[in-house]
Amino acid sequence: MIDKTSLWIVIIGLGIGSFFLRFVFTGLVGEREMPPWLLRHLRYTAVAILPALVAPQVLWPSGTDGQFDLPRISAAVVTLSVGLVTKNVLAAILSGAATLYGMLYFLG
Amino acid sequence: MPITTTKSAYRKGVVDASPFVLVIIPFASLFGLLATEAGLNVFETLTFSIVVIAGAAQFTALQLLGDDVPTAIVLASALAVNLRMAMYSASLTPWIGGAPVWQRALAAYMTVDQSYVAAITQYERDPQMTVPQRMAYFFGTVTPVVPLWYIFTLVGALVGASVPDSWALDFAIPITFLAMIAPMFRTAAHVAAALVAVIVSLIAVDVPYALGLIIAGVAGMITGAQVEAWMERIKPGSTAR
Repeated sequence: MIDKTSLWIVIIGLGIGSFFLRFVFTGLVGEREMPPWLLRHLRYTAVAILPALVAPQVLWPSGTDGQFDLPRISAAVVTLSVGLVTKNVLAAILSGAATLYGMLYFLG
Repeated sequence: MPITTTKSAYRKGVVDASPFVLVIIPFASLFGLLATEAGLNVFETLTFSIVVIAGAAQFTALQLLGDDVPTAIVLASALAVNLRMAMYSASLTPWIGGAPVWQRALAAYMTVDQSYVAAITQYERDPQMTVPQRMAYFFGTVTPVVPLWYIFTLVGALVGASVPDSWALDFAIPITFLAMIAPMFRTAAHVAAALVAVIVSLIAVDVPYALGLIIAGVAGMITGAQVEAWMERIKPGSTAR
């Protein structure tokens, strides 16, 4: 059973901490110019962080306790491929979900 | 649909973020279910989602709380999972740093992966947007996401039945992120940044406190910046936005 004091410390601490992380630059730097070398790095934030977040989940999914899983790998490949070809987020999500459920169904 | 007013910017944000509805509903419901299963009541579960709005960090905190990990470690681990938000904040600053502070604070509270990625993609595609249009677009992208995060956390907590593993809900978020990544590969520098980030994330997967993600992200960003600088040297103007 989760201790209620710990729970509330975590909820409030995580709320304040997450807000600080999200506000630290937009709030404190604001309109001041940032150096060009830093801006050059920041341009690649999204394209670096999202793949890094996903890659371990694709190879070692939490849903299978880290076991390699053919339906999940296939769904990942299809999602990325459809996204690359169509540039359409919705089409990519739907074809990835169709692949995942189709393969889970046929592989039982 | 070109953006000419703040209203059309807001509408485009709503439209661009609408596919995320498909993912937020199961993901929020799952949090509600797992939280009640772990012994939280409905009020605690909903408060958690309203105060924090960060799926991955909430799941991490919940799991560690259930494992009787010391409170300070729970907090540190969940915050580490959210460290990427500071990088999102830095990345948004050149675009929205000029907005009124209350708008920046509100945007900060509602910064989630989906809204950040949609916004940064739009800002880079259309650099002529004004700051009020950028803020309107940002608030548009959170409109289909954040309220549903609250509502379906509540639904999940109230329904309280467990979801079978065969539903594979763990994979809803990876699929969304992959769909969001695909349109980002605009230059060789973007591709290189993503490749290096993926390789480092796989090598660093056992680094404690979810810091492997940050290491991988920084490695990818350095790669992107280096490749961009190198491309500028061999062909000036080739990477101009």
